[in-house]
Amino acid sequence: MLKFALAGNPNCGKTTLFNALTGSTAHVGNWPGVTVDKREGVYKKLSEPVAVVDLPGIYSLSPYTPEEVISRNFILDEKPDCVINIVDATNLERNLYLTTQIMEIDVPVVLALNMIDVVKKSGDKIDAATLEKKIGLPVVQISALKDEGIDELMQRAYEAAQEKRSGSTVLESSPLAHVIDDVKIALRCKGVDNPLFHAVKLAEGDEIEVAAHPDTVGMVDEFKKQFKDSVFEGDFEALVADARYKYISANFSAAFVRAPRKEGLTKSDKADRVLTHRIWGIPLFLVILLAVFHLTFGEDLLYLNAIFGFANDVSTGNAVLDAFVAVFYSSAGVSTPGAILFNLMGFCTDQIGGLIGRGMEATGAAPWAQGLVNDGIWGGVASVLSFVPQILFLFLLISILEDSGYMARVAFILDRAFRKFGLSGRAFIPMIMSFGCSVPAAINTRTLADEKERVMTNRVIPFFTCGAKAPILAAVCGAIASRYTGVDAGLLVFLLYVFGMAMAVLMVALMRQTSMRGDVAPFIMELPAYHAPQLRNLMVHLWDKLKHYVKKAFTVILASCIVIWFLSNFSWEWKMVGMEESILHDIGSFFQWICTPMGFGYGTAKLNQFGWVFVVAAVTGLIAKENVIATFFILAQALGGLAGAEGQSDDGIAEVLFLMEQTGITWQALISFTVFNMLTVPCFAAAATVRGELPKGKFKYTLAFWLLTSYIASSLVFVVLSWWWTAFIVAAAIALVVLYFVFRNKGKIDLGRKKNKAARQ
Amino acid sequence: MEKKLNEFIPGERGIVVRIEGEGRIRRRLFDMGVTPGADIVLRKLAPLGDPVEVTLRGYELTLRKSEAECVRMEVKDA
Repeated sequence: MLKFALAGNPNCGKTTLFNALTGSTAHVGNWPGVTVDKREGVYKKLSEPVAVVDLPGIYSLSPYTPEEVISRNFILDEKPDCVINIVDATNLERNLYLTTQIMEIDVPVVLALNMIDVVKKSGDKIDAATLEKKIGLPVVQISALKDEGIDELMQRAYEAAQEKRSGSTVLESSPLAHVIDDVKIALRCKGVDNPLFHAVKLAEGDEIEVAAHPDTVGMVDEFKKQFKDSVFEGDFEALVADARYKYISANFSAAFVRAPRKEGLTKSDKADRVLTHRIWGIPLFLVILLAVFHLTFGEDLLYLNAIFGFANDVSTGNAVLDAFVAVFYSSAGVSTPGAILFNLMGFCTDQIGGLIGRGMEATGAAPWAQGLVNDGIWGGVASVLSFVPQILFLFLLISILEDSGYMARVAFILDRAFRKFGLSGRAFIPMIMSFGCSVPAAINTRTLADEKERVMTNRVIPFFTCGAKAPILAAVCGAIASRYTGVDAGLLVFLLYVFGMAMAVLMVALMRQTSMRGDVAPFIMELPAYHAPQLRNLMVHLWDKLKHYVKKAFTVILASCIVIWFLSNFSWEWKMVGMEESILHDIGSFFQWICTPMGFGYGTAKLNQFGWVFVVAAVTGLIAKENVIATFFILAQALGGLAGAEGQSDDGIAEVLFLMEQTGITWQALISFTVFNMLTVPCFAAAATVRGELPKGKFKYTLAFWLLTSYIASSLVFVVLSWWWTAFIVAAAIALVVLYFVFRNKGKIDLGRKKNKAARQ
Repeated sequence: MEKKLNEFIPGERGIVVRIEGEGRIRRRLFDMGVTPGADIVLRKLAPLGDPVEVTLRGYELTLRKSEAECVRMEVKDA
């Protein structure tokens, strides 16, 4: 099968084209660096099926970050039959810079001028025929988004792939033409593939090339000694880059006719004026973030009820109608969209659960089977499912932020603040992504150029509460809010999210002072133009997420639920017993003492008896964080059996409320429990991904880092919340640590570091 | 008049004369189109005064002042 590679600058629409060609639903966003790994699909509309490979975006073939290496190596080593070079037609000059490099490789190349619809709309004109003549490559105008010109593009690529092509360069009239030619011939005699490309890179002094061809580099050095010019002073790298851009503006830019612009600001400029405003930029970012969490988790829309205090429970006399009205409006106020979705889903799962329960009873199944199905399987799965619409809503809001182009601006406005703590603003993008899921976020750290920055970002990614942990926050905060008046669930959730972010920043600062010393990586980044989020794109995102959740609920979580149910209902002798004598009880109790400082180990008499429930829940969270809530449910059912209580709802908030009553856990301990789950080792899938992204040997320290951080932080949270005056002690301790580092950095304190340094030297 | 890019004020325009500084940053700047002869307008500063946003070759680029310091500019009158 023929293989076509899609190559081009970041954010020029490669993945959009890939999706259009192959019918895939790969993730698309409006910021540079969404795709960080190659992915393959098949295009079937030609006379034979063709493999299409989507590559991470690159600005040049001298790689700068790990994901750019993937693209370069693919084009050079895997020898695709044709490279489709996608060019953002609205930004021709910089995009063609990469084209002038790809041209130098011995591979058929077709140029796809993408976003031609945007160009036409602005009144600009591109003369594709002229460009094709000047550049010597087939040029096709397309719009990947509107599905225009794509079949023609593939047809021309197919034709191009039938013939061999040897590289050509735009440097033929540059002062380096001779030396490039000599090196090329020398390389060709040695049997090196793509001699022209390597010759140019050698002339530039690219480190990878110099290391790969040590015997040929002498020719360049020799030439450099004789070469004299006043402008570049022997700096061939600058000379080559300059020659490429000069050639582009002299020859290709003529094909581009810019329509006279009306004086004034574009829409993008206007949006930027507000969103990256000198004073309002940062407050606005915080407001947007608060709005996202408020709309998802809040119960009192826009805090109207807190301000005006109008809301009352509606009572019509009809219980079903009342329940239905309560979905939208209750004494807490008008529900936010997220809360409405949660209430509706809870209503549905309760109804289905009731049906299953009655069905089982009617068939006269054995009591253990009824228990397994009602409490183990359906209960556990339903408690997870009940949060799915709400979490999808959160995803929708994050996708809108991603798709609009705001993410890159967030990196821009926060870079300075981040640098104080030792990260570049670019690192904030994977962090925001991990509000969705840590797995793609960890993979995205490849876009960070600096290794230390990559390690640190991977370590703190779990601190940005992911969609699977959100139900724990929602359930705990919802339960606390409904038990204590004057507490707002949405605000409490937001504070916990902020706490996680603050911990991330704090831990990065600490690592920068200890194990990860060094300078902050450079920050040079493209800011894409804003555009309205694409509805189709958003729906594709959500559909993918929904599939992911439902699949997870009915596989991993279902299996875990069955195991947990068995362990909590059977004894070591494999007899069905009450929870008090179960296997799970024994295992949990064995580890319970460890959790005492965090508030859910030993404490009151009731807690001594039941604290192990929380230990078990936290451990099952390692498999998938949704399990924490599922475990809560199963164990709450078992507890209900013990206490003789009946008729609980399947929704997570009710479960936690019930657990609070039965186990005597304090709200402080519940918050500490949540914090522990937020900061500790993430689920297996995320941990394995992080392991893959870290350099060898760093994972064991990362595991220790997660365990220690979560244990210490949640213990402190518990202590400070329970005895407010301890806040002063904690604050003083933190101040001491900060002072130590400040003085040490000024060179005023030196605890044994001089000795180490002397020993090293 | 010659100036470094980090000394520009919002709205100021100039032409790149040369790029100084260390290997990787230099190469990245070249790749992004910051080469001698390029026309650059400093658009604005970030809320905390750094990084800066510039327009060049028809698109928006952001870089820190410390990186902009490597870029020697010839100021052009508006």
